[in-house]
Amino acid sequence: MKRVYAREEVCMGCKLCEVYCATAHSEYPLDLVKAFLKQKMKPLPRILVEYNLSISFALQCRHCDEAPCTKACITGAMQKDSVTGIVSNDERRCVGCWTCILVCPFGAIGRDNQGHKVASKCDLCSNVADQTDTESFSNVPVCVQNCPNRALQFMDSVVEGEE
Amino acid sequence: MDYVIIGNSAAGIGAVEGIRSVDRVGKIALFSREPYPAYSRPLISYYLSGKVAPETMYYRDPDFYLRLQVEASLGREVQALKLEDKTIELSTGDKVPFDRLLIATGGKPITPPIPGREYSGVSTFLTWDDAKDLGEELFPGIKVVVIGAGLIGLKATEALVKREATVTVAELSNRILSAILDEDSARIVQTHLEEQGVKFQLNNTVAEILGEEGKVTGVRLQNGEELECDRVILAIGVRPNLDLVRDTELKFNQGILVNSHMATSVDDVFAAGDVSEGYDKIYQENRVLPILPNAYKQGFTAGVNMAGGSSEFQGGFAMNAIGFFDLPMLTAGIIKPTTPGFQEYIRLDPGKQSYKKIVLRAGKLVGYIALNTVDRAGILTGLMDQEVDVTPFQEHLLKEDFGYIHFPKELRSQRLSLRK
Ligand SMILES: Cc1cc2nc3c(=O)[nH]c(=O)nc-3n(C[C@H](O)[C@H](O)[C@H](O)COP(=O)(O)OP(=O)(O)OC[C@H]3O[C@@H](n4cnc5c(N)ncnc54)[C@H](O)[C@@H]3O)c2cc1C
Ligand code: SF4
Ligand code: SF4
Repeated sequence: MKRVYAREEVCMGCKLCEVYCATAHSEYPLDLVKAFLKQKMKPLPRILVEYNLSISFALQCRHCDEAPCTKACITGAMQKDSVTGIVSNDERRCVGCWTCILVCPFGAIGRDNQGHKVASKCDLCSNVADQTDTESFSNVPVCVQNCPNRALQFMDSVVEGEE
Repeated sequence: MDYVIIGNSAAGIGAVEGIRSVDRVGKIALFSREPYPAYSRPLISYYLSGKVAPETMYYRDPDFYLRLQVEASLGREVQALKLEDKTIELSTGDKVPFDRLLIATGGKPITPPIPGREYSGVSTFLTWDDAKDLGEELFPGIKVVVIGAGLIGLKATEALVKREATVTVAELSNRILSAILDEDSARIVQTHLEEQGVKFQLNNTVAEILGEEGKVTGVRLQNGEELECDRVILAIGVRPNLDLVRDTELKFNQGILVNSHMATSVDDVFAAGDVSEGYDKIYQENRVLPILPNAYKQGFTAGVNMAGGSSEFQGGFAMNAIGFFDLPMLTAGIIKPTTPGFQEYIRLDPGKQSYKKIVLRAGKLVGYIALNTVDRAGILTGLMDQEVDVTPFQEHLLKEDFGYIHFPKELRSQRLSLRK
């Protein structure tokens, strides 16, 4: 499956990916200004830029083949789609127990504590695509689309053994 | 191929999915004493507090059994195993043959011989029915004594308090949650629970349950003190449910002994989940690991192997995600070493109710406590699981923002498959 790969030599640490991700997963997926101004809860990104003085890179869910989070989820809310390979959380069933955070080796799951507690993670913009009916999201996730220096690449796996 | 699965919880469901990942046509017959489609056992306390509605208790979608072609006999108890004839016997007397059998009967509560435990109003807290029965009897101000300050006892306590009960917890150990927290972290959680009105009796337990006309009226503690109460919950612990196994030739210790394929000592018979004793890679020995992630994974592994595929359970270790009244904690592995050869490092921030501790052995991470500082703690679990030598970056492990940025570049690139 296609995943997002980061190039740390090229990443500038501007965090635009975080901003666009938060917007895409807000109540106003297509409107950055409204997302940050109008939504009562702060829009949360599902991608994280790690940085220090010399390097930076963005990290989000790797959509693991043998996804530890889906096996550990106590409610069955976290599932891997058998066709697309996308790992996503059914937020209606999630109870915010954070067992998935306990087992995700990438630290790719956030806590959304603002309303009903839910685990918040990258869905490769698949839900955004469904909600907005905009195909552009499903073709290429917004973080990749909006990275000004092309530090994020959306491509088929280059890792041996990964599907 | 005829598969029989006894148990309809995390391990049993894992096995169904494991079998079907290899064999689409074999016949799967699944039996469960409990009458419900698979539900999430950890959610029973959420159900009791009212946070989770009945329809969201289920572990899989409503079409699960149909979609995976499982003949599920729910509410039907298995009474005996006739392994030499390759059949199981139901409590109705019916016999069911199998080619491959999975025992996934889970755990059962430890019920100590406390005088008075037969009174009505004394119960355990393990099944949805337990939670339903308890829920029906609650009223604001009801007095409840919980015996045992472990995970189950305190999850029940939290739900009871949310239902406006007055709860006293008696615990023989010197601290609450002694399996997953050390003294300092346990104190933070205890104070937090006390602020919600929970009372604790530590280094103490219930010596006798008092009653009148067959009904609980109170308890007498080990130190002689008497407390009035309307209900008693026994939550001392859970042990493997070996009822079906004792009269067979299956080898067991605390739980049913299994190898890395989840196969037991008898051909074609597998075991998984809370009933089994699988490999613990931190303790480096077989141990019962009664947690849901472990049950699912062991079940899945068993299923693949039952269906003729090949899958190895790489070993698990204790790990828990739990929280009380919005104070979350993640813990794993050895959190309080009692033998030499370990290094412990701690970062405490009492103002934030946060406490982080890591435990190292020979350069590797073997345990941690992350109390109210849980974000990205899974990276630590991953380092434990993959037995990474953390010496080159161990000074960063306790940091609140510990991440892949602190990994040596080589390791980071390999793990993240970063592109050039
Ligand atoms: C209140 C509570 C909270 C918990 N919270 C957590 C948590 O937050 N995180 C976590 O990881 N774990 C938690 N656990 C532990 C977790 O629920 C177990 O590890 C997990 O359910 C084990 O799954 P299992 O499939 O091995 O067995 P079980 O869930 O114990 O299920 C056993 C199955 O076997 C069936 N069965 C038993 N005997 C027979 C028989 N003779 N005939 C037919 N059927 C039979 C039962 O009906 C049931 O379907 C919690 C447990 C409790 C009680
Ligand atoms: S959330 Fe973590 S464990 Fe789950 S698929 Fe993504 S990277 Fe893997
Ligand atoms: S937080 Fe939600 S998705 Fe994560 S394990 Fe718990 S219920 Fe599953």
